[in-house]
Amino acid sequence: MKPAFTRREFLQTSVALSTISTMPSFLHMSASAIAAPGESLGNAPGRPDDRILVVVQLSGGNDGLNTVVPFGEKIYYDARPRIAIRESDLLVLDKQAGIGLNSALAPIKDMYDNGMATVIQGVGYPNANRSHFASMDVWHTGDTRGGRGVGWIGGALDTWQTTRKRTVDATACVCIGREAPLAAGGRNVKPVAFENANLFRWVGSDLHSSLGPTYDKLNREGAPGNPGNPGGAGDSQAAFVLRTALDAQVATDRIRAAVAKGSVTSFPGGALADQLRMVGSMIRAGLPTRVYYVALGGFDTHANQTFAHGRQLGEFATAVKAFYAELEAIGERSRVLTMAFSEFGRRVTQNASNGTDHGAAGPMFLFGDMINPGIVGSHPSLADLDNGDLAYGTDFRCVYASVLDQWMKIDSTKVLGKGYKPAAVISGKV
Amino acid sequence: MAGEFSMKPVSSHRFDEAAASHLLRRAAFGATPAQISAVAAMGLDKAIDYIVDYGGIDAAGLPEAEVDPDIISPPNEEERIAMRAARRQDDQAALDRIRQVRLIREGEDRQQMGDITQWWLARMISTPRPLEENLTLMWHGHFASRHRNVRDSYLMFKQNQFFREHANGSFADLAHGIIHDPAMLIFLNNDSNNRRKPNENLARELMELFTLGEGNYTEQDIREGARALTGYAVSDNDFEFRRAMHDPGSKTILGDSGTHDGDKFVDILLAREACPRFIAYKLYRHFVADVDGEPDPRTQGCINQIATALRRFDFQIAPTLKFIFRSEHFHSEAVVGAKIKSPAELLVGTIRTLNTPVRSLSILSEAMDIMGQTLFDPPSVAGWDGGRGWVNTSTLFARQNLCAYLIAGKLPFNDGWTQDEVAYDPMVLIADMAVPTPTKVVDRLLSLLIPAGVTSQRRQEIVQFVEKNSESIRPGTLVALLLVVTAMPEYQLC
Repeated sequence: MKPAFTRREFLQTSVALSTISTMPSFLHMSASAIAAPGESLGNAPGRPDDRILVVVQLSGGNDGLNTVVPFGEKIYYDARPRIAIRESDLLVLDKQAGIGLNSALAPIKDMYDNGMATVIQGVGYPNANRSHFASMDVWHTGDTRGGRGVGWIGGALDTWQTTRKRTVDATACVCIGREAPLAAGGRNVKPVAFENANLFRWVGSDLHSSLGPTYDKLNREGAPGNPGNPGGAGDSQAAFVLRTALDAQVATDRIRAAVAKGSVTSFPGGALADQLRMVGSMIRAGLPTRVYYVALGGFDTHANQTFAHGRQLGEFATAVKAFYAELEAIGERSRVLTMAFSEFGRRVTQNASNGTDHGAAGPMFLFGDMINPGIVGSHPSLADLDNGDLAYGTDFRCVYASVLDQWMKIDSTKVLGKGYKPAAVISGKV
Repeated sequence: MAGEFSMKPVSSHRFDEAAASHLLRRAAFGATPAQISAVAAMGLDKAIDYIVDYGGIDAAGLPEAEVDPDIISPPNEEERIAMRAARRQDDQAALDRIRQVRLIREGEDRQQMGDITQWWLARMISTPRPLEENLTLMWHGHFASRHRNVRDSYLMFKQNQFFREHANGSFADLAHGIIHDPAMLIFLNNDSNNRRKPNENLARELMELFTLGEGNYTEQDIREGARALTGYAVSDNDFEFRRAMHDPGSKTILGDSGTHDGDKFVDILLAREACPRFIAYKLYRHFVADVDGEPDPRTQGCINQIATALRRFDFQIAPTLKFIFRSEHFHSEAVVGAKIKSPAELLVGTIRTLNTPVRSLSILSEAMDIMGQTLFDPPSVAGWDGGRGWVNTSTLFARQNLCAYLIAGKLPFNDGWTQDEVAYDPMVLIADMAVPTPTKVVDRLLSLLIPAGVTSQRRQEIVQFVEKNSESIRPGTLVALLLVVTAMPEYQLC
């Protein structure tokens, strides 16, 4: 039975209407894992009960039009004779508005039906930049002038650290990848980044069994004072590096032990699933991490798009579903909000290679118990284009504002430099 | 101790191997034991002259950078006409084609920037004039612009050559030159600074970050300074003064009134007392000690003396550096071994000190990114923070693993036994030892690599490590020992 729900309109300058939708059925969710919104499951003594944000970056510029499909628009079919998706091949979200999901997103459709997924249509920013690097910088810094300034996540953790007047844990932000993304670098708070937990350590010990123990002795001492000035102030540069070395060993111990435990549920194959499985294991181990950052590439579909795009969407959807199944199984589901974005959408008209070129506005997805389920925002007009591309209806910083203010409880104005009206994506109950 | 904050010259008999090692570490990215001995033998004054007055050292053997000046450029007249026509006709196909071409050019430009980055790293590693590259890097961080925004690798290269040319020369020449530098003018939007609609970006950063420091000017001074800089623009990879855009009227900057142009503006700034003090502060932070926030009064006293010297030497960097390097303060216990190495100092210093193979420049370049110092891409116009900003939970492993890569070839990114095949023979480090015992070898390496020394307990740990693992000091033993020492937290200091 398809649930009926009200589609909410939200434009950047209008006031959010607090219409309450008819919530979709929760029949498929195991009762024990459902927590009332806002109630933390981490109430056992010593367990962190801070809320977690997982950011999923879909790299390459995900083709929003073939992801969240406006099958009611004739222009869509005219502009994409070889790659448009037929209504019969879609998972319909809103028959009246003519919106459906690419069928590769079936796992996300499941989550949507269970009130665990929100689709935000037409997200972008003014003067869209169609360069991967430049636009990604914009999303990472919240600065449309070309990605100047600190990362929005790093900045948020800086603000959190200042507000709570205590240094955040070294693992406050964990990024899976060789280099930490720009978004994660704050002025003071720096992220932990690794491709593979086994590389998040000194690799010299691999070269001979005798090296590890001595390395440990030298790196786990911590700091009383400057070696040249024993008993002196513990705040010398020497003391700082000794302290940081110990922090690093503690972090690597915790992270590697967590990741080694694997997951309790099974995950599909694929790079994103691997990353989210690692994230799940770290959450299960009770790491104090507040933000996790993962990424899936392959969305730059300039040619022969249909199969490749479907495959990437399928990987995205199955990974996120498995992740939430794992969270439910370990009793942490209510703590985690997941947000998926891409650096831009793609052109309305297909190109001559049965693919699409860089565009502007596109959809975002949010997942979790705390989201306002349904579709937010109307689909951008396919007729009234902005420089040939879909015009944005929601500024992405409004989504950041909602996530920061309403979920993370971090003042978005301090992070983004000004007040953005939060998009109506988080349930009013948190 | 009385001498600790004295800028008076240290007595020459104190210039031993340890002092020479410290000087080379701070000025020249470090040096091998043989090089340290040679420099120590020169005596304090000659050693400093040798390192600082590097102009006479022949660097002709270093490879030239292969740079295409036309790899990318703003659309020319023909292209602009085509774009306007396509827009007017709403010819999306044509606009798409134009955008495609642009994206390809930008890709090629990024590729060239990567090549130039590797060229510069190679130069830092092999130059016989290491202070030249050290200073070039310092000026790059001081007059910071970013390829990410400038998006023209040739202009970034041109700027790099400009810094190199004047590295140990006159700061006044650098300040005058930077307002004519195409990369900087583009980065700070001065190419659109015109009399009708002034853009204050360059004027502000010129005062705040390049010459005076915060709090030494008013917003009004910035506005007037921006007017002085109108018309300072770029054309065809070169500076161009656009008279029609320039505001020729009278401006009052820091109390000085006149029909100032950009160069007169710079003259006004150089004349301020705050200027040599600010540059002295920057030199201090780069060569002497990490300073977080406001310096304490005694440190400020040293900085003030450096400022006086800089003014007395008419903004010449070379004699000012000699003044610093000769001082008791520079050689004091509080300074030696108490500064956190930048990623460049760690990478280049490890190779130069231990004479390890260079291995893959592409991996080294990536390591620089991971450690937080992407050449040609500092985080902002304020350059790199430095100091404790370099070392955190993530970068610490990256830094240690970089050393393991250089010494043993262990690739940092692969989870297996993949190794770079070039072997490293470290025996040269102890070649002159008649009887290399574990204790002697450990002490030799610790004095080479850990200038502030280690506690006796930690030293004992390392000696025991050597004794337990080999009967004699073979290349494998030395490699293992180097791996352990470069993985010590203290190795992050210089």
